[in-house]
Amino acid sequence: MTNSPYEHHEYDVLIIGAGGAGLRAAIEAKQRGLKVGIITKSLLGKAHTVMAEGGMAAAMGNVYEEDNWMVHFRDTMRGGKYLNNYRMAELHAKEAPDRVWELEQWGALFDRTKDGKILQRDFGGHRYARLAHVGDRTGLELIRTLQQKVVSMGTDVFMECKVLRLIHDSAGRVAGCVAYWRANGEFVTFSAKAVILATGGVGKSWKFTSNSWEGTGDGHAMALWAGAELIDMECIQFHPTGMVWPLSVRGLLVTEGVRGDGGVLRNSEGKRFMFDYVADMFRAETADSEEEADRWYDDHAAGRRPPELLPRDEVARAINTEVKAGRGSPHGGVYLDIASRRSAEVIRRRLPSMYHQFMELAGVDITREAMEIGPTCHYIMGGVKVDAETTATKVPGLFAAGEVAGGMHGANRLGGNSLSDLIVFGRRAGMGAAEYIEAGSVATDFDLGEVEAAIAEALAPFERTSGENPYDIQRDLQEMMQSNVGIIRTASEIDEAIVELEKFSERVQNIAIKGGRAYNPGWNLATDLPSMLSVSKCTARGARERKESRGGHTREDFPKASAEFGKVNFAHSLPQGANWHDEISTNPVPVMTVPAELQALLEEAK
Amino acid sequence: MGDVTLRVWRGDASGGDFENYTLPQGEGEVVLDVIHRIQATEAPDLACRWNCKAGKCGSCAVEINGQPRLMCMTRMDTLPEGTVTVTPMKTFPIIRDLVTDVSFNYAMAERVPALLPPPMPKGGYRMFQEDVERSQEFRKCIECFMCQDVCHVIRDHEENKQHYAGPRFFIRYAELEMHPLDTNDRRDLVREDMGLGYCNITKCCTEVCPEHIKITDNAIIPLKERVVDAHYDPVAWLGRKIRRKTKVSAADAAVQPLP
Repeated sequence: MTNSPYEHHEYDVLIIGAGGAGLRAAIEAKQRGLKVGIITKSLLGKAHTVMAEGGMAAAMGNVYEEDNWMVHFRDTMRGGKYLNNYRMAELHAKEAPDRVWELEQWGALFDRTKDGKILQRDFGGHRYARLAHVGDRTGLELIRTLQQKVVSMGTDVFMECKVLRLIHDSAGRVAGCVAYWRANGEFVTFSAKAVILATGGVGKSWKFTSNSWEGTGDGHAMALWAGAELIDMECIQFHPTGMVWPLSVRGLLVTEGVRGDGGVLRNSEGKRFMFDYVADMFRAETADSEEEADRWYDDHAAGRRPPELLPRDEVARAINTEVKAGRGSPHGGVYLDIASRRSAEVIRRRLPSMYHQFMELAGVDITREAMEIGPTCHYIMGGVKVDAETTATKVPGLFAAGEVAGGMHGANRLGGNSLSDLIVFGRRAGMGAAEYIEAGSVATDFDLGEVEAAIAEALAPFERTSGENPYDIQRDLQEMMQSNVGIIRTASEIDEAIVELEKFSERVQNIAIKGGRAYNPGWNLATDLPSMLSVSKCTARGARERKESRGGHTREDFPKASAEFGKVNFAHSLPQGANWHDEISTNPVPVMTVPAELQALLEEAK
Repeated sequence: MGDVTLRVWRGDASGGDFENYTLPQGEGEVVLDVIHRIQATEAPDLACRWNCKAGKCGSCAVEINGQPRLMCMTRMDTLPEGTVTVTPMKTFPIIRDLVTDVSFNYAMAERVPALLPPPMPKGGYRMFQEDVERSQEFRKCIECFMCQDVCHVIRDHEENKQHYAGPRFFIRYAELEMHPLDTNDRRDLVREDMGLGYCNITKCCTEVCPEHIKITDNAIIPLKERVVDAHYDPVAWLGRKIRRKTKVSAADAAVQPLP
């Protein structure tokens, strides 16, 4: 069918990305009897999912019987400031418990309640203790469980294989992709009836980030280039608690579990400042004194929630304000204190990897001293616009699940909703792809012209005898995005970013690579930069259009949420066949209307 | 602050040599930070693996001054003064520079018979914290493969890779063996095909584990006891029958509704 002149593989379903969503999708497709291939640019089991610490949200009601999917749905929509694809939020809340239980059949071992059920932990924005967890290494448990399941099913995994482009057939359907082996730099093509993007996030375009080198938005960009739409790209979550010192680990995540387990935020004056930052929307359910807040940890009926457990956008903004007002810590953060609140034994048992991380990297014993923390770029709510039921994108044969997909989390994601998103929509992507294949109208040919164009572009940096070092471009891009499209934004800075991003596009087309093609990280970065730029452009363009503050998008010049902007998502697209650096078009599309019976759940909560 | 010098092995399967890089010292830096600064300046093609930079993914395992270490968790100021030598893990074939071919481990993973649990009751299984804790310790493994690297059975004897799973997989077998829901029996496999008997308990693996898993004491020794008991000792054989029953009963208990 293809006549590819390169090493070539054929699959029914091809999955790009081997984190939680990709692996869960693979299991589903495989169980439906399809031939499945997984491609990952790292080794299997190293995906960014392992960095998730606190847990996965699912209304199992193991700790608070009152919990159910309706409350979880309501919390997710409120957390997302109602910009969400409501149907995704609904399916997620309904299906998450089954997905978590299913993991136990595959070997996951969560922490337990006294009566032997899965223990659930408190987290920001969740009304009840809802997060299934294993200490503070829940992501590792998820990835290992899915990895072991996938391996036991005999699935083909292409490791350290970097995908460059999606390939179409002559009818515009997705037909596969072109990639290269990192070990030797040789190209390889894959044809498939359906392709699932599960490539994760984009955080590597910011200077202070919890993301690894992998978070370069490859899937977001490839979907855009292939003709799909991206939505809500301005909505970026800055996690309130990243390490701030030493500088070399600045941005490294400190789990929200610290606050869920009793940790509080203090400024340089020792004040527990979050009481000063309770937005009207959350006032009725938030404690107004330290005594009341402290009663809540043991019994949620004895007091209202501590303000440290407001959604992440609220807490990150509050920390930012405290630091700007001169009440920050010596290294430009604030203090996260659990040492004075819980025994050393409890801290080491509940938060072992945080204890280890601070001890080894900062020389700080968190059972004795407060941690210095500040906001860090963590997660993109925006992503490929998908159908909730099937995760299908606008491009036939292309599906997307996990962080690369948009809509589920609206303007701000609640902690713990990411891991559950991966398994709920990873499974749905596998189902959606299987149904699409069953329906029969799949790709019939494979555009070798697209393959050759992608390869020529990837090799161009080797042709240049002089040019830029890709690391310089990456560093400058990170600095620019951090200062111009960071946690607090304003029109002049966003406009400047949009101009700058065009200049970066030119610089990327002038990269020269030192060395050969075999395991060359400089070359690998050169192939990441177009993705990083395309995604950053969408973020900047969305940020310019959204003239309000909402969730993970804060405008200094429009500090309030506006009812008018609450009715639209901004969608970005590129005409098929365009170059990655061509002009992106950005348009408002109406937010999905919540049906009356679900709207009633939201109204009750107001 | 002064300068730091890294002596990094550069090359591929056909050979290579050390190259010295001298850079100004940075505050609080780990070895991986220095490698990143070398990549960003002098040697953009210097190959190394890394992902999370937080000791959670196990990608950046190398040998630092001859000891298996994670580059992301090794602070420069904890190393002895002078040149720091960074080499790839010795047990695995070289791909390039600090990157090795660790596919041996993935091949061993494919040979592990999966968990075989009883059917799940509505509302999920019942398991108790004290029963899951033993296996939870082994599930902390981040698959850095440093225990495999340091294990002399395969470090010094390439031929043993055919019939020796190594410490990483002994904790995996121990995890399944001690898993409250498992009904599979892998003891003959571990003895006959995975080479548990080759391990002579030198504890090198335990010493290098970045997750401080007590590989030898909590996994390998109990696994050896179970395997040996099952195979040689008639009294223990009887015990095995009884324990086996206990194990199935535990799994049965998991499907019982709560009283």
